[in-house]
Amino acid sequence: MKYYRSHILVGINETSLQAGVQDFIVALRKELAKHDLLEEINVLETGPLSFFGRGICLTVYPENVNYENVKQEDLPELVSDHFLKGRPVRRLMLDASVRFSPKFNYDNRIVLRNSGIIDPEKIDEYIGTGGYEAWEKALTKMNPAEIIAEVKKSGLRGRGGAGFPTGLKWSFTAPIDCPQKYVVINADEGEPGTFKDRLIMEGDPHQLLEGIMICAKAVGATKAYIYIRGEYKLSISRTRHAIQQCYDYGLLGKNIFGSGFDLDIYVSIGAGAYVCGEETALIESLEGNRGNPRWKPPFPGVKGLWQAPTVVNNVETLANVPYIIKHGAEGYRKFGTPECPGTKVYTILGEVAYPGLCEVDMGTPLRTIINDYAGGMKKGSRFKAALIGGAAGAILNDSMLDVKMDLNNLNQYAAVLGSGAILVMNENTSIVDMLWSILRFFRHESCGKCSPCRNGCEMLYELISKIKHGNGTQEDLDKLLLIADMMQQTSFCALGQSPIMPIRSALDSFKDEFLALIKE
Amino acid sequence: MYQEILSKYTPTKDNLIYILHDVQDGHPQHYIPEDAVLAISDYLQLPPNHIYGVITFYSMYSTVPRGKHIIRLCESPHCYIKGSENILRKLKNLLGVKVGETTKDGLFTLELCACLGVCGNAPVMMVNEDVFGDLTEDRIEDIINKLKGGKA
Repeated sequence: MKYYRSHILVGINETSLQAGVQDFIVALRKELAKHDLLEEINVLETGPLSFFGRGICLTVYPENVNYENVKQEDLPELVSDHFLKGRPVRRLMLDASVRFSPKFNYDNRIVLRNSGIIDPEKIDEYIGTGGYEAWEKALTKMNPAEIIAEVKKSGLRGRGGAGFPTGLKWSFTAPIDCPQKYVVINADEGEPGTFKDRLIMEGDPHQLLEGIMICAKAVGATKAYIYIRGEYKLSISRTRHAIQQCYDYGLLGKNIFGSGFDLDIYVSIGAGAYVCGEETALIESLEGNRGNPRWKPPFPGVKGLWQAPTVVNNVETLANVPYIIKHGAEGYRKFGTPECPGTKVYTILGEVAYPGLCEVDMGTPLRTIINDYAGGMKKGSRFKAALIGGAAGAILNDSMLDVKMDLNNLNQYAAVLGSGAILVMNENTSIVDMLWSILRFFRHESCGKCSPCRNGCEMLYELISKIKHGNGTQEDLDKLLLIADMMQQTSFCALGQSPIMPIRSALDSFKDEFLALIKE
Repeated sequence: MYQEILSKYTPTKDNLIYILHDVQDGHPQHYIPEDAVLAISDYLQLPPNHIYGVITFYSMYSTVPRGKHIIRLCESPHCYIKGSENILRKLKNLLGVKVGETTKDGLFTLELCACLGVCGNAPVMMVNEDVFGDLTEDRIEDIINKLKGGKA
């Protein structure tokens, strides 16, 4: 193996691609060659880095220096000062206060522990960090019951929104005697403000694949489908590439490592429908139908894809599994709280100093996440509210900032963790406007199968539009709640059951703003 | 003319979504014409109404001809509070079309879409396969001009 004095990690994601990172890398190599440094300095293309900066971002090891928004014209200075003379270029460096925040502490990471460190397109680098050891253990040393028992003991709960215990879900499908069972991975990440699954697939796709393999063995499935939304071009290509590497290494296919176990993984592509994040709608879409949800029961675990038993799990959920198998349930329970063990990946957006992603223990207070992981509020702006969990989430006000974020604690504010999106608003954001935008989203995304949701979403949008434009009455406000409440009780799937959450929480905390807009 | 695409897939219903993606991507006007639907119907042994049902369900498919560059501006809450309405107004002015319409020269189609998952750079839009973020009214003008010049 070759040794280098320094490694320059270049984050490749949608943001940097848009900033022209491909040309940038060519220019960077050229500049290094000019100073005859190519033998000493390694340029590594990796997934999203540990921080979320503007434009093209670099991390340099072993110095652990982070640069953001580097342009091609900065290259001569960067290369000659940092890589030739060893003086990091301060003006391009990420704010020092953020550099030393716990955000850069990789010790408390499970899902994103490799993201931004390894090259996601090289399976060897994943294996080099201990990857596929859990798969080897699950395949050769554990039987399905043992795997499920371990996952149950770990207390892992679904990270897609509903928080259903993963081990329990698997235990429904495992005992069913059926020649063909399936694992379906929900990567149809459509919740506004959420892109954690994209970052997992872009940054460390092999960890997801390893989780899928273990799950398939546990439930006895020999085919797995990863349903990725059509807009995620990079995720699709990276995941496909990773699957091909697994076949090349004999980690997938027939009779894997002589164990007698077969597994094939396929990538399926969505075509733009939020409702396909609902597990039965997703299955319909996989079968080549309109993505209308199905009646439950029977649940997919019993009758799913092509009426066969099917386990549907979220990307982040399965990315947790290799760690559990490798380190045991006890090792996993060191993270998080006794009721909700493990970590959670959040995407923090809006009026914070450093929007981006972070992975923290379950039960970390919202205040800590905003202050320590997102650098606090933007200069000059004050916290007003946070929308937690995307459109199907709730709006929290400043008195709720100390809530410990996990799957149970948020219930006290009628909120849910959901997909883990945190949208922070400052005093200039109108809550009425925000709610209008959320309800417009639901109106667009209702699939139209059941009338409470199809008509309800339309009526909610009309009411909020009326209020937003100053034509609403007290009666309209009451109607908003009444209709949303009725939808929650009568809608066919979670989509129609959700609008009540943003509506009620907005009215609970910010009623004055609505009252100020309605007619006497 | 669709045989080349169809023959890549086994004639089972679950391949419908991919076939539709391929037909649309391969069409210079980025849509799924009626003769394609009939050819697919024949190949998969599915009634045309099922295929139209699927096409119209998903926002990425179109049954009407579209421009060379399909602009899809995110209208989800986060982009909205970051000013996507101003961007939309600017786009409408620049292109002289409403949402869902195509410019007369056949270059641009303006559409709205749900969250693209690039929220760190809101407001965001996609032009065909490419994502453009941190949009401002000036930047929009720049992008449109570049696209008009033939460069993406």
